[in-house]
Parts: sequence; structure tokens; C-alpha cells
Amino acid sequence: MMEIGEQELSWLALGAAVFGGGGGGDPLLGHLMAKQAIEASGPVKLIDLEDLDDDDLILPAAMVGAPTVMAEKFASGDEGDRLRESIEAQLGRKVVAYSSGELGGINGVLPLTWAARSGLPVVDCDLMGRAFPELQMTTAALAGIDISPVVMTDERGNVVSFTTVTPKWAETLVRTVVGAMGGEASMCLYPMTVAQAKVGAVPKSMSRAIEVGRILLQATDDPITTLCEAVEGYALVEGKVADVDRQTTDGFAKGSAVIEGTGADNGRLLRMEFQNENAVVIEDGKVLASVPDIITAVDVHTARPIVTELLRYGQRVALVALPCDPVWRSDDALAVVGPQAFGYDLDYVPVETLHG
Amino acid sequence: MADTTNRPGYRMGIDVGGTNTDAVILDNSLGVLAKHKAETTADIVGGISNAMEAVLERAGAGPETIGRVMLGTTHATNAVLERRELAKVAVLRIGGPATKSVRPLWTWPDDLRQVVSAGEAIIDGGFEFDGSEQVPLDEDAVHTFVASLDPKPDAYAVASVFAPVSDAHEIRVAELIREIDPEARISLSGALGSIGLLERENACVLNAALLSVARGIVDGLSGALDRLGMDAVPYFAQNDGTLMAIDRVLDFPVLTIGSGPANSMRGAAYLSGHKDAVVIDVGGTSTDIGVLAAGFPRESAVPVEIGGVRTNFRMPDLLAVALGGGTMVTDSGEADGVALGPASVGHRLTTEALCYGGSTLTLSDVANRTGRASFGTEPVDHLDGGLADRAMAAVDDQLENGIDRVKLSRSDQPVIAVGGGSVLVPEQLAGATEVIRPDDFDVANAIGAAIASVSAEIDQLFSVGEEGRDAVIARAKAEAIDAAVAIGADPDDTEIVSLEELTMAYMTDNILRLRIKAAGPLR
Repeated sequence: MMEIGEQELSWLALGAAVFGGGGGGDPLLGHLMAKQAIEASGPVKLIDLEDLDDDDLILPAAMVGAPTVMAEKFASGDEGDRLRESIEAQLGRKVVAYSSGELGGINGVLPLTWAARSGLPVVDCDLMGRAFPELQMTTAALAGIDISPVVMTDERGNVVSFTTVTPKWAETLVRTVVGAMGGEASMCLYPMTVAQAKVGAVPKSMSRAIEVGRILLQATDDPITTLCEAVEGYALVEGKVADVDRQTTDGFAKGSAVIEGTGADNGRLLRMEFQNENAVVIEDGKVLASVPDIITAVDVHTARPIVTELLRYGQRVALVALPCDPVWRSDDALAVVGPQAFGYDLDYVPVETLHG
Repeated sequence: MADTTNRPGYRMGIDVGGTNTDAVILDNSLGVLAKHKAETTADIVGGISNAMEAVLERAGAGPETIGRVMLGTTHATNAVLERRELAKVAVLRIGGPATKSVRPLWTWPDDLRQVVSAGEAIIDGGFEFDGSEQVPLDEDAVHTFVASLDPKPDAYAVASVFAPVSDAHEIRVAELIREIDPEARISLSGALGSIGLLERENACVLNAALLSVARGIVDGLSGALDRLGMDAVPYFAQNDGTLMAIDRVLDFPVLTIGSGPANSMRGAAYLSGHKDAVVIDVGGTSTDIGVLAAGFPRESAVPVEIGGVRTNFRMPDLLAVALGGGTMVTDSGEADGVALGPASVGHRLTTEALCYGGSTLTLSDVANRTGRASFGTEPVDHLDGGLADRAMAAVDDQLENGIDRVKLSRSDQPVIAVGGGSVLVPEQLAGATEVIRPDDFDVANAIGAAIASVSAEIDQLFSVGEEGRDAVIARAKAEAIDAAVAIGADPDDTEIVSLEELTMAYMTDNILRLRIKAAGPLR
């Protein structure tokens, strides 16, 4: 068990953005929301699954919507209370802890905002071990855990709850409700017991992100090498963003960035495809990394992650690839989150096989 | 107001920096007629008018010969950095029940917030991205908040959710404030641009806090003109490298922040005649390396912090390297080693450097020893030549590395060296087709201000009606160009430099909001 105060929060926000692979929302906004909540209500306990009874109910949290909307109309702060009350009324039992739905920019720290207000702890796990664009792309779905009831709320106080036949249907319905709510919403999904989480969540991912963030913030020289060592990752290239092509298609921020090597990588030209998160890196027709492994663009001097919507022409970046949680590497999992599931006609090869 | 549209006479560019106030006079073909450098003084009117007087004297010209005066100044920047002369601002965010998870000014440094804030509130209201109301505006809450303010604030800042899409609630709140406080000075976020509530709100609060500073600079410049009996049209440099009319500064002083680096790079482009190049500006303590593309500095992609406050402003993207004329040089202790800085003797160069009889080894001494430079009062022949060569090689290495990082294309580019310490830049650098040292490089800022284009912006709602979208946009563009021409831009050469179009689907009539900026060279 550890306490997350302002210091640990800043580590977590940074680490979650590293594992977010360019997605999961603006890390700064998530950080500020949680920081204000912790300042007002005190530190939050981060506990292990083993600290709870197998029968205890935990509630994964997420915000969904367009980053540009979140940048204007961000949360009120009391959304977590409404969602928890709705779930408790529907299931007839108390929630004992929140957890993160995905380890990414905003969503990696979001449960802390909710937990600080309510006095509940946060469980050291999440449902992806990284960020993904769709609700069925979770380790919980892979383990057969029901996504329902899904509850959504907006800052006005509207609450929508629904039960779906598959997680993919939840994805479809959530998008419709998000549109009606003005482009962003808060939600809880996959309410589960601790026993379910022990098979259907990625354990220890929050504490790992905190540790990576701490190492990165304390790194003095060569932060990129420090980062790679901390996450067992590989620096694919250092260079400049020479082009960013971005389209919003079906509610996804799809596009690609071209990275032109500088320094030791002078003359190299890489292309990174993204769909909310960074999905594939290609050089001369050769794949250097692909989903479900994590690909994160970081500032070349500080190794701070840059989310895809903030990638801009001329930025100086390094691309870092790190292994995903092993649960994503089975054939069943790759059918949901492998390169082909994202529309790329290529076979997945683990990043450590490509570069190790 | 005097006729601004067609003004004969010379141009005077003035740059008020933290250390120096520079002034230049450019003749009708924009050649440098005279320049003057003086220390910046605490008294604004005195400092500006002394610089003006001195440069007129050098040019041997009378005040009547000057048609236009362009002022670039760090007053607003320094007021924020030093937390002085700032107005007490009451901050009203229109965004509840959303946005309460991050309160107004909560991200500000405590000392700045204490100086600036006269109270903050979040009231219900604001818009969705499509221009529909998020919730109705809570007008009573405006009354309650404004009535509760004791003492009365110097200014108000009002920021609504999605104000760039619809500023109707901001405008209504300004009316309500004036019902209670008729003389209120109010800054609205919608006029300050882009999506991102926290950054836009911050810029709006800074703008409100700077309203009295703006009055001081404008009065300072007008007073200096009066004192010298000059009938010149005044302009102010802004962060995008263009000039604005004097009345706009009174409403948007925050736009003057960041004009210095933009002017310096534009000045370098003008002096060298190169529009696509790398600019190396070497000072006493640090070196800024930036890129010119088509004559304009490339802008930074990330939001800029001013005095610890994150804003939505874009500024030139500069790579700062800890190298300057005063950078201290030490033996690293390793065989054939050398260590550069980052400590610097800074402005004490002329007392502390060896070449001025001091006792500190600096890059200036090393440059003298290797023959790259020759200045100072004392010989430095006794210095270890090997160490000097290694130090210069380390400088070249850092500069080449910096050039490689900032330049846009893989092909080599011209490098323009400006600034007081630019003697440190060698004749040849990897990545550079040539190293150019323009004349008058030491007053590049003031020249950049004097040669800048003038710009005007319109930000209005247009009803599309039967006219059709294309015709409405064409009409709006023409209005923006007319506005720029009205403050002095050349009608034959004025263009639209930015256009933002926002459609509001939820409104019954088809309404477009257009924010258009036109810029052109002065006639």
C-alpha cells in the first residue's frame, strides 16, 4: 500500500503518459484535476488486489470524448460520485475501490480525482496496461468479464445506464451518448469483483507507472536511455517531425507522422501511423514496432511523452517502443488488438524480437 | 487622429529590452540611417524620448522627418515576470457546472495570483462546441459576485467555455458588470483566440492585469512624441512579428509579450536578405537558435509559459544553448578536456574577463587567443593555446548540433549570426552553406520592429443568408484588408495571413463566425 500525494501524482501522470502510447487524453489536464482533488481532500491510498476480499466490488473509471472538447469543457469533479451511486443502487452493494480503465494520459490518473473526493482507495491495476481506442480492447473483455452495466454522466448531472450484449455494442452506444452529451463524458465500465480482477486486469500497472515517472523526473543526463532502461524499451529513432497528417474519421483521430532522423540517425526516415494511440512504425517498408506493443513519442531532450494530438511539424522527438503486457500476445488477444485489428496487413512481431 | 494611410518620411524603430534601449532610423528605401544604444531606464517616457532624441541627432535629422514610429517593448513581459504595476483583476469563468475540477488561477504561481487576483468565481453558463448553450447563463450569480467585491477591482477578466465558438455569454456578462460598475475595464477571452479554456482564460487574466501597464506605455510613447514635437504615427510590435495600431494595444497589451524574439529574427532576415535560414543570436550568457521560413520565425508548437502561467500564445521556436561571450571556461581535469559554462560573467564581461584585465577565463578570451575575435584591453597570448582550441571546437560542436536540431530540411542552409557575442560563431559550420554577419546586427530587434508589416484583425458573426458562404467569406476578407489599409498597410500588397471559420449549427439562421487577420507592408 502506498499513499498518492502531490509528488506521487506527478510521477504517475508522467508514467501513465509513457504507457499511454500517445493516447488517453491530455496528461496535464488529468494531472491538474487530480491535483486539485488531492489538495482539497488529501492523499489517496493505492492498494493491491491482495489487500481486498475476493468478493469486494471495484469500479473502473474512464473519460471518453474529443480532446478538443475536454480542453474547453472539462469535468465538474463530482462525476465519480454520481456513477458510483448509480452502480451501487443497481447492484445493491457498495463499491470498495476505484480503478483505472486504461493507463493513459487522463484516464491513468482519473480514478484519483474520484477517489480523493469519496475517501475510497484506488486499486493498483488497470484494464489495458496501456491505452486503446475502443472499449472492447480490454483485458477484462478478454477474460470474459461483463462490461455492463455501463454508466455515463455529464457535468450537468445527466446519468445514462445501459446493459449491452457485447463490449463492442457498448462502444457503439457510448459514442452516441457522448455526442448527445456535447462531445465528452465520464463513465464507469466493467464493474467487477476482486476475484474477477485477479484474472481480468493488468496488476501493479499503476505502481509501475509511478516508478517510471519517478525515474524519468529524476533523470539527469540522457533521459531517453534512462527511460528505455526503466520500461525495458527501445529507442527507434531520434529526429524531427517532418509532417503530420491528421484526419478525424468516425470519431477517431487517425493519421500519421513522418520522423526525419537527426544526429546519429541523420538520413533515416520513419513513418508512424496512429489511431488515437500510436499503432505502427515503419522504415523502408520494414516494421519497427506495432500494436499491441506500446509506441510513445517523447521530447528528445526531456523524454517527456507527447500525446498524438500535440504532435506538430518541427518538434524534436524520439520514438520509444516497449513491450505490452504479455496477456495481449495470445492469438485471441491479437485478433482484438493486433495490427490486423487496426487495419494493417502485417503480422505482429514482439518489439524485443525485432530489436533485442 | 492624423491620417495614417499614406505617411511620407523616415521610420524610427525602437526596442526597449531588459538591458538596452535601441533606436534606429530607416530611410525611405529602408536603409539604416542611424542607430543608437542606451541603457534601459526605469522612467518610460524619459528612456524612450532620450533614445529618440539621440538617434535623431546621430542621423542629423529633425523630428519632422519621421513619419512612423514602431515600438517593441518588454514592459508587459517584465511587469508579469517582476509582478509589478499589475492591476487587481476579478476573474469570472462562465462554465459551471462543468470545469469546476480545475478552478481559475489555481495553476498560477502563488505570488502572482496574490498580486493579480481580486476574487474568482465560476458561474453557470457557456456553450457546447456547436454553439448551443451548455446551460443557461446564471445572471443572478454575476450580480452576486460583482456586488461582493470589496474593494472594487481595477479590471475584470471574463472567460466562457467555447467562447471562440460563441462569445454571447461573455458579452452579456460584460453588460451585467457595467450595470453595477459602469466604469469597469473588462477583458473578454473570446477575443484572445484559440480552443483550450485554461490557457485562454490565463491569457485573458494577464491581459486584464496589464491594462494599466498598456496605458503607461501608450502615454509614454505619446508623451515622448509630444516632447520632441514629432507628428509620427505610432505602432506597437506584437508576438507574431507584425505591428498593431496604438488603440489596439490599450485593449490587448498581452499581445506585446514575445515581440522581442520575433523582431530579432525578422531583423536578421531583413539585414541578411535571406528569408529561409537559421538565425544564431549570441548574447552574453546564452545563444538562441531559430529558423526563418519565408521570412518569418517558425513558431513553437507547445503552449508558452509567461511568468509561470501557461497561455495559448505562439512564439518563435527557439533552442536556447548556454553559450555566450561571458561563458566561463574551465579545464575539465581530464587529458585534452575542457568544460564550458553554463555559468557566465554576463554583463560583467568588461570587468571580469581576462581580456579586460579581470581574472575569469571566458569564451571571449578564448576567441581572442585563437584569433577568431580581437577585442578587449589586455593581451591573452599567454593562455594555453591547446585549451583555447579545444574550447572553440566545443563551441562549434554545440552550434552545429543546435543547427542540426532546428533546421527544417536535410539540405544545408545559410546561417545568420547576430547579437553582441556573434564573434564566437566561426566562418564555417557543418550544416551551413555560409555564415552571414550582417551590418548593424547589434540592433536587429529595433530594425525588425521598423520593417514589420502592419496587421489588423476582424472577429465577427456573419449571417450567410442568400449571399452564400463563399460570398460572405470574400466580404469578410475584404473588411479585414480594409482595416489593415486603414492603419497604414499598402493596399496593393496586403494579404490575409490567417482565417478561422466556425459554424454554429444549432442557431436557426446559418451564422458563420470568422476571425480573419490581414497584414501588409506599410506604404
